Amino acid sequence: MNEATRVQVRINGKDRDVDAGHSVRSLIESLELHPSLVVVELNMEILARDSYGETPIQAGDSIELVHFVGGG
Amino acid sequence: MTEEAGLLDEARALDLPLVIGGHSFTSRLIVGTGKYTTNQIMVDAIRASGAEMVTVAVRRVDLDRSQEEGILHHLSPEEFFLLANTAGCYTAEDAIRYARLARAAGFNEWVKLEVIGDQTTLLPDVAATLVAAKALTEEGFKVMAYTNDDLITALRLEDAGCVAVMPLASPIGSGLGVVNPYFIREIKRRLQVPVIVDAGVGTASDACVTMEQGVDGVLMNTALAAADDPVRMSHAMKHAIVAGRLAYLAGRMPSREIAVPSSPVRGMLD
Repeated sequence: MNEATRVQVRINGKDRDVDAGHSVRSLIESLELHPSLVVVELNMEILARDSYGETPIQAGDSIELVHFVGGG
Repeated sequence: MTEEAGLLDEARALDLPLVIGGHSFTSRLIVGTGKYTTNQIMVDAIRASGAEMVTVAVRRVDLDRSQEEGILHHLSPEEFFLLANTAGCYTAEDAIRYARLARAAGFNEWVKLEVIGDQTTLLPDVAATLVAAKALTEEGFKVMAYTNDDLITALRLEDAGCVAVMPLASPIGSGLGVVNPYFIREIKRRLQVPVIVDAGVGTASDACVTMEQGVDGVLMNTALAAADDPVRMSHAMKHAIVAGRLAYLAGRMPSREIAVPSSPVRGMLD
């Protein structure tokens, strides 16, 4: 893998190298998650779901991917 | 007609619906979705409980898949009214952040607000709860606030615009039942918004006694999930909630510490 085509981002508290050029949507899909079941916080800002496709992932981004789990 | 449908029909005929924030519910039981041993038991138990509103938590997706998937793979938002909670939050800022994330999931603008103040007792930080309640109602959230059994805090949460105030029966997950029925009654007497007792119910008699205090509903999780047979306990709780509610509405006889015969004292043979 060519170093230049990878960027480092932080996803759910862990640093990860991902392909450069991802949108939020394609990143979610590359993680085998369903965009309609995930809420995204990008650099502490919640992203509207209809903007996932047009929001680029950039080196150094901090991304939180959350969903609903069982709770009381 | 199943026995379950019959029971809720009976309750419907003898009681008004529970209305919270303009939304009407037939069942006065709200249940959590945590701590079940399997997702199938959770779904079966929730269906058996007759609950229409269920709570869920907001957490990071586990990207390594070592834990279970999201709950919406198992629980349909068309079948149940989802109430996201802010469980695990210890500051108003965190609770607001979790509430916003939950709303962004796109189902509704409701939140079960809880801001915990102490790890051992999981008792609420009422000052932080009030701060978060005010901020969230101003942002258009319908806030159902978990709080302790303190009347003044309950009144302030109502003033802050909460659509329901939810005093605890006893600490979360303790199963101790209602430790202070007087304060629960007093909160119910003084508030206009629905009072839902949240946390501490252990078994069916606890749920029944809680409803007999006149409150509008009960929220529980561990009492169902940690029972040996959660589905059977959910049936029991559904009956207990209806029984306690109807007993409250019926008005109990005065209790006295002497016996009073039920049969006539006259007309006895010589």
